[in-house]
Amino acid sequence: MESLLTNFLAKYNYWVYIGLVMIGMYAMIAKRNLVKKIIGMNIVQTAVILFYVSIGAKKGKAIPIIAHGHENTGHHAVQALDYISPLPHVLMLTAIVVSVATLGVALALAMKIYHHYGTLEENEIASRINES
Amino acid sequence: MRKLALITVLLMGGLLFYGTPDFPSWGDPQSPASLHVSPYYIEHSVEDTAVPNIVTAILADYRGYDTMFETAVIFSAGIACLFLLRVYRHKSARTRLYRHNLTGVTLRIAKGGKLPEGSAEFERIDSHWVPYDMIIRVTSRLTVPFVQLFALYVIAHGHHSPGGGFQGGVIFGAAIILYAISNDLRGAFRRLSEKAALLASAAGVLIYVGTGLLCLLLGGSFLDYSKLAGILHVDAIMARSHGILIVEIGVGLAVMAVMVSLYYNLSSAGRHDEGL
Repeated sequence: MESLLTNFLAKYNYWVYIGLVMIGMYAMIAKRNLVKKIIGMNIVQTAVILFYVSIGAKKGKAIPIIAHGHENTGHHAVQALDYISPLPHVLMLTAIVVSVATLGVALALAMKIYHHYGTLEENEIASRINES
Repeated sequence: MRKLALITVLLMGGLLFYGTPDFPSWGDPQSPASLHVSPYYIEHSVEDTAVPNIVTAILADYRGYDTMFETAVIFSAGIACLFLLRVYRHKSARTRLYRHNLTGVTLRIAKGGKLPEGSAEFERIDSHWVPYDMIIRVTSRLTVPFVQLFALYVIAHGHHSPGGGFQGGVIFGAAIILYAISNDLRGAFRRLSEKAALLASAAGVLIYVGTGLLCLLLGGSFLDYSKLAGILHVDAIMARSHGILIVEIGVGLAVMAVMVSLYYNLSSAGRHDEGL
């Protein structure tokens, strides 16, 4: 029981990201409003970002910027174990900005749909398509 | 429908839950993500590129090709939004409304009347009464220059502290969007027109790709900044550091312009009138 609990707590970042993915996926599937679906998509993106950044973490280590003064730039050997993994940060840095850009395109599409059908509710759009 | 969605989501969550014990614990230095290429980056980024911020070094140098296409994705998102929403020949209103800024009186000018365009005392509005928020306007006017200065610092200091083109570009775009929200969209167009924003976003991508092509012309591989040493009059390692800065400026320009252009189109549904 004790080991199960410590094992559970040692991986708490995964529980958070699984929860966020589930919330986002539920919003994308169950909600009828297109803007709510877009918000769900953004929550899933956030969950993926959290997952990536957390797998690169090393407990108690520095951020991936080499400590340097004005004089001794890079004269001492840099140990990989002293800094957290920078690679997931790089991947997610671009993913965040790209997610904002895709959000803009998604909102533009939703706006077009609203102007065309006069609603953002999925079932009403479907009935209006069937009418015409 | 809701129950079906709930069952699907719970099933997916259960599968993820089932697979999680195989993942490394939080903060584990032996996690597979930090074992393969990342030790090389941490140990060699300073001697390869003279950039202490490893994230910047990987972003613009080791994985520069990837970042180039990320910038292209952002650029195409801005262009896609423009093509989806922009309306060029909308029905122009027969009468135009202007507000006299000092008294708050709304003037209605009939078709063919003399328009007070370019006058500092009058401001074009779209509905009969638009609130004039002096506190919001003055506060944002005081804030915007400092936000822009900070954005430039974030871009320029990305080699030594958290920052770089993407972050600085977003902050700079946010400053212009703040101006557009606190005043109106027409005021923002006077500062940064739609055409200027689109040209800046294209120029940002061009700076990035052009730097890569320049390296190709100088006899290196695509985006191999060390070949810029001859032009910049520095050694090969510092040339990589400077190449990263050039590329980050391009990214910052593109991201700033795309953020502003997205806001321009989304806030006014492509009509580019008063906006929100």
